[in-house]
Amino acid sequence: MKEFKILAVVAFFTLVTYWGVEPFAHSQMHKHVESNNFSYDGKADIEEASKAIEVAKNITDANKKAKVLDAANKKLADKKAFWAEVSQVSKLKGNAAAGEASFAACMACHNGSGANMGGVIPPKLDNAGSLYDKNYLIALIKDPAMASNVDHKYDNTMMHPMGTVKTMITAPQQIADVVEFIKTKKVVKLTPQVAFEDACGRCHANRYGNLTQLGTTPKFKTEQEALTHRVKVLDEQDKIKAYMGKLPPDLSIIDRARSANFMETFIQDPQSQLPGTSMPRVGLSKDGYAMVQAYLEKTGDPSKEARHALGPWVIVFFIIFTMLAYLWKKSQWKDLH
Amino acid sequence: MAHFDEKAKPFSNQWMNDRLAVDTVKKVLSTEYWIPKNINFLWAMGMILAATFGLLIVSGIFLVMYYQPDTKTAFDSVNYTIMTEVGYGWLWRHIHGVAASVVFLIIYIHMFTGIYYGSYKKGREMIWLTGMLLFVLFSAEAFSGYMLPWGQMSYWAGMVITNLFGGFTKDFLGGIGNIQALVEWIRGDYVPGQAFLSRFFMLHVFLLPLVIMGVIVLHFAALRIPHVNNQDGEEVDFEKSARLYKEGNKKESEVIPFNPVFLSKDIFVMGIYFVLFFYLVFYHFEFAMDPVNFDPADGLKTPAHIYPEWYFLWSYEILRPFPFNVGLVAFGFAQVAFFLLPFLDRSPNVAPANRRGLFGIWFWLMLIDMIVLTIMGKLPPEGVWNVIGFVAALTFIILFILLPFITKTEKKA
Ligand code: HEC
Ligand code: HEC
Ligand code: HEM
Repeated sequence: MKEFKILAVVAFFTLVTYWGVEPFAHSQMHKHVESNNFSYDGKADIEEASKAIEVAKNITDANKKAKVLDAANKKLADKKAFWAEVSQVSKLKGNAAAGEASFAACMACHNGSGANMGGVIPPKLDNAGSLYDKNYLIALIKDPAMASNVDHKYDNTMMHPMGTVKTMITAPQQIADVVEFIKTKKVVKLTPQVAFEDACGRCHANRYGNLTQLGTTPKFKTEQEALTHRVKVLDEQDKIKAYMGKLPPDLSIIDRARSANFMETFIQDPQSQLPGTSMPRVGLSKDGYAMVQAYLEKTGDPSKEARHALGPWVIVFFIIFTMLAYLWKKSQWKDLH
Repeated sequence: MAHFDEKAKPFSNQWMNDRLAVDTVKKVLSTEYWIPKNINFLWAMGMILAATFGLLIVSGIFLVMYYQPDTKTAFDSVNYTIMTEVGYGWLWRHIHGVAASVVFLIIYIHMFTGIYYGSYKKGREMIWLTGMLLFVLFSAEAFSGYMLPWGQMSYWAGMVITNLFGGFTKDFLGGIGNIQALVEWIRGDYVPGQAFLSRFFMLHVFLLPLVIMGVIVLHFAALRIPHVNNQDGEEVDFEKSARLYKEGNKKESEVIPFNPVFLSKDIFVMGIYFVLFFYLVFYHFEFAMDPVNFDPADGLKTPAHIYPEWYFLWSYEILRPFPFNVGLVAFGFAQVAFFLLPFLDRSPNVAPANRRGLFGIWFWLMLIDMIVLTIMGKLPPEGVWNVIGFVAALTFIILFILLPFITKTEKKA
């Protein structure tokens, strides 16, 4: 029938336009980064270091080129050696009981006092076993700056606020033991908010979740108390700014502002999406990320449940409406032709 | 003084007729407003536009009760207050956002229907011109609305588009066409800020909707005398057909009354439209709300890609591939070209484009060209995209220049 043919033409041009301005345009505007499935083996870090060598080769000034190339080659060698060692430690069988003693060293900083240390408040480790990946924890204890892929910020990675851990826990077996302890004893049933606070909360606020870098903002009785608290938050933010070079953005509605692929790959390796950024890798496990993501969805897209509850009813209503309208139309047009 | 029936009961039919001529009005606007029978569902697009405009008004009224036109609170009043604290606020917001995007799809279908069937000429010029006026007003309405959430894209699109009012660059003819002062006058400041947001709020919720309503009435009035066109561009003898219809010879008559016969079909098409529309509202609203606009406005951080909403992309792409001053002229041309359509088409025929020889080719080329422009307008202006965009922009201009010549050669059918 003619009307169907016209409908097909309209639908065709509409869909081509939609495809062009949505899926196709977005695929061209944003580079697609492959997720490493929350396993941390240094693959991306080594690739980035290799790319830096290629870039260095294109420098025209011979003097500068030699210097930069040298540094880039050394970086690549360091990265390869580092992640190879991590993989070695990963093969060792850890002893949780032995690890508990070494873990005391961690508590020197991760003591829950809420004191800023070198730029941020060290996160609580009560849930670290559920939140972080095993390989990543090994890497982190070996060298925090290398593990989180921000070593480019330091001449000496000892300067990282957690850098001294390198001198406290040194033997491969010792590392394996602490990690075994964390992976078996520091496990809880994570909730989305706790996952977010532990993994991201020391840097990022979430005002729709009523969170600042100092945690949940309590209700205050007087304006004075509220202002005093506000000043504390501002002081903390200043320290983070000094450490990171800028204040990390509030993540209230980041769920709507970034694609799922961006978020997932960015957390695993911020450098892959924003080369040179100061945000460190957060070595979340798959489950840990799912919890963080659930929290971001809750604050960023709070109406999801209500939408799915109401949607079918509205659509069924209009289907019935359309059927009745069709019957009315048929009766009105029956003796016209 | 006209004749009054003294005995008529207040508000009875007779009483109302004596005062408001309700029966006559009903006849003129509804039961004896004759529509050709030979039409397809594309003639329902006008009523769908009216209905979508209705949805925009109703959802907009609910939104404006909670929206705060203040650069400090605007973003959160939309993204937090309306989305979480207001009952069904999310529903009103998604209806408003999806309707604002879909209304343009329907406008384009409605326009291209008019172009395809030649409904813009031979007595229907005023319908077309008031329609184009509605297009411009809707564009302004959509643009001003886009400023309100005060996200990154609000701010930067506001910056880029208002910059266009500065005219030519300073080095062009000694700066004669450079009117930076106009840009600042429009913004009320050197850059978009509080003054800018307040005035676009006023435009969006007051002045533009008011003017749009007036022009919709004008558009409908412009339709009443020439009547709508039909699928074959035939000249219908409305008086004869109306007589036949009223005598009961509905089969022989070429017309139907607007109410209830034409309306029954409109409402059926509207039903299908609403099913699709609410599917989008509940399950696929993201296309109508750009992710970049969920980052709060930041005048110090330019987004990696700045692009307008999809319905402005074709004209944006006519601006972009040229050097700035040339592009501005091309852009100006694109804004007025469609207004001129009834006068550029020199053919005496009102018929579907496919039966009009060269004009048929012109029509499909124009449609495809605008889709190509739309897609290129969103892609980053690099390499091959730039070339395709440039060719498509030139094609658009050349097609309009050619129009009088190719329609002139058309023989009277
Ligand atoms: C010198 C103080 C110090 C010591 C000792 C220390 N940490 Fe940390 N740790 C920090 C600080 C500061 C941070 C935050 C670093 C940042 O965000 O850049 C941190 C971050 C972490 C993180 C989060 C890493 C990420 O990528 O998000 C984990 C997990 C962690 N530490 C575990 C440990 C473990 C396990 C130990 C003991 C083996 C330990 N830390 C010892 C100070 C310390
Ligand atoms: C040690 C501090 C720190 C931690 C911990 C941290 N971030 Fe960040 N994050 C930053 C900084 C700094 C930036 C700004 C980066 C820039 O613009 O270069 C940032 C930026 C971001 C961005 C925006 C990227 C963009 O496109 O602009 C997202 C998304 C993000 N972080 C998510 C997270 C999530 C999710 C977590 C927890 C799993 C997290 N961050 C943990 C410091 C941190
Ligand atoms: C956005 C608000 C608009 C509304 C509410 C609207 C409404 C209508 C309605 C109800 C009709 C009669 C039924 C039909 O043919 O669909 C109509 C016809 C028409 N409109 Fe619009 N319209 C709008 C915009 C436009 C635009 C942007 C144009 C193009 C410039 C346009 C051009 C026309 C033409 C040419 C007709 C006559 C069609 C014919 O005779 O077959 N309208 N409009």
